Amino acid sequence: MEKQTLIEMFRIMVRIREFESEAIELAKRNETRAAVHTYIGQEAIAAGVCAHMSNQDLITSTHRGHGHCIAKGADLERMFGELLGRDGGYCKGKGGSMHIADLSTGNLGANGIVGGGIPLAVGAALSLKISKSKNYVVSFFGDGATNQGSFHESLNLASIWALPVIFICENNEYAISTNVSKSINIENISERATAYGILGKSVDGNNVVSVYDDMQMAVEHVQSGKGPVLLEMKTYRIKGHYFGDNQNYRTREEVDLWKQKDPINTCETKLQNDYGLSSEIISKIKKEETKKVLDASTRAKLMSEPEIDDLTEDLYDLSFHNIKWISLQK
Amino acid sequence: MSRMTMREAISKALWEEMERDESVFIQGEEVGLWGGTYAVTKGFLDHFGEKRVRDTPIAEAAIVGSAIGAALTGLRPVAELMTINFAFVAMDHIINEAAKLHYMFGGQFKLPLVIRATSGGGRQLGATHSQTPDAIFAHFPGLVVVSPGTPADAKGLLKSAIRSDDPVLFIENATLYQTRGEVPDDKDYLEPLGKSKIQREGDDVTIVAYSKMVQSALEAAKMLSEDGIEAEVIDLRTLRPLDMDPVIESFKRTNRAVVVEEGWRSYGVGSEVASRIYELAFDYVDAPVKRVAQAEVPLPYNAKLEQLALPQTEDIYHAAKEVLYG
Repeated sequence: MEKQTLIEMFRIMVRIREFESEAIELAKRNETRAAVHTYIGQEAIAAGVCAHMSNQDLITSTHRGHGHCIAKGADLERMFGELLGRDGGYCKGKGGSMHIADLSTGNLGANGIVGGGIPLAVGAALSLKISKSKNYVVSFFGDGATNQGSFHESLNLASIWALPVIFICENNEYAISTNVSKSINIENISERATAYGILGKSVDGNNVVSVYDDMQMAVEHVQSGKGPVLLEMKTYRIKGHYFGDNQNYRTREEVDLWKQKDPINTCETKLQNDYGLSSEIISKIKKEETKKVLDASTRAKLMSEPEIDDLTEDLYDLSFHNIKWISLQK
Repeated sequence: MSRMTMREAISKALWEEMERDESVFIQGEEVGLWGGTYAVTKGFLDHFGEKRVRDTPIAEAAIVGSAIGAALTGLRPVAELMTINFAFVAMDHIINEAAKLHYMFGGQFKLPLVIRATSGGGRQLGATHSQTPDAIFAHFPGLVVVSPGTPADAKGLLKSAIRSDDPVLFIENATLYQTRGEVPDDKDYLEPLGKSKIQREGDDVTIVAYSKMVQSALEAAKMLSEDGIEAEVIDLRTLRPLDMDPVIESFKRTNRAVVVEEGWRSYGVGSEVASRIYELAFDYVDAPVKRVAQAEVPLPYNAKLEQLALPQTEDIYHAAKEVLYG
């Protein structure tokens, strides 16, 4: 692992953590509404996976998608703008936290439906294969999504068509309040790959180096035309399902145990012990990222609200702009 | 102009658009080797090859979901669902994605997707294979829902649907596939989406219909004509966005209307059209708008019961007489 690569992934992880902490603050103050599903505790996955990707490589994301969005290179101000429902947000304030897409970084969008994005990733991979591109698609989803039909249909279709798509299952132990042990009767979700004749592997999702290395293997696999890969990233959702969740379904001891495996602390220790990075540089990185996030949040609050005319904008493409919009009236 | 069946017109539209644009491709159950369940894509696999004529597993969610992904990334997929009854298995992707992504993502992506599906009963296929749930799909803003009633419109509307950058659900009535009509040969013959069309002129009563019911309405108009009543038949062609202009213009002349659909009456196309007539032309109403629709039961298998449940030409004829108090 190159030192610079690890530092860059560390930086992204810190950025995600700071973004999510600020999102919680905004939610506390009622400045952002709807559900804020934070990625805290899972940062190593988005950082380690997206470190391999260019803007021409595509992702589909989930309701817990801020981390994917940031790791893919999104502009923080436009993300906060979307959380605040402003017209300068990524989706002009029409998407919200669960539905941020960013065409410029190859983010085909977060998806409010569990498992909804998986077949989209398969179709995007078909586009890439048909155009003989070397690029590939990553579909992020959680353990809960692997019980949806769309997951199974997608793995099967991607397998028979040998498509360049990497399925990243973030097993964070909980589908809302239900522990994975109560919803899935196998030890490793990666075993589900076997049923579709594709490569599957379980990975320590809290160790960014492991994530990076196994992603490397997966990228080489799909780029050599061998078809899709399923990587199960074992991790833990440190915060509740969303901000405000009472978390009566798990113990504080369980959460504390996982906090000892915090991906950012683990990476920080590695940078200090194995790469000799000083604590000064580490706290400098943290300070820079905190400032970047808070500045973005401050600027986003200055964005204007959408106008009344924006209500019906973008419903259809230009071909219908001449129609009398009686059907749009209340 | 050439005389051809609806099946040939649809097939020709698909073929011409695939010839014209490399990014157009077909995927769905039985579309390739078998040539389509209704033989619409017969010969396509040999001509266009496996890359562009893609047989899929029986997995409707993946068929539609992956077509959306392909459409977001530069291709122009035509996904075939065999029958609209199977669309319910893919409903999440049709409603939560296809209908929403353009708006919800602030117009960042184009979604040039066509989903083809047959609708309608009358072939003794039983309740799960005979539904006409078109109105359900027309309920959702963001989708374009098209259903042609003549071979010419089928060709021109399908070509427009494929060239459109919006997600279009293209609904074909399976019992119309053998219906013949004159169809323009022009490879750029396009009928506009979102525009209703007068299929027969008349000043006494307005009959509004779409898809197969246009044919039934034209037959009813012939019967009425023998009684000295001239009906104007308006074909909606696109259920969303709905173009009421020709309907309202006609109604202001006739002051009487019958709305015909093959699906169920409650919460249906007839309800929508009737209520818009009341909203937009209340001062012109001489009789309550009459709805002709399917009996409110799952469609039975028995031929006699099935035909009893489906709206018939005679039902339209009698409804027109009723609004004319004749």
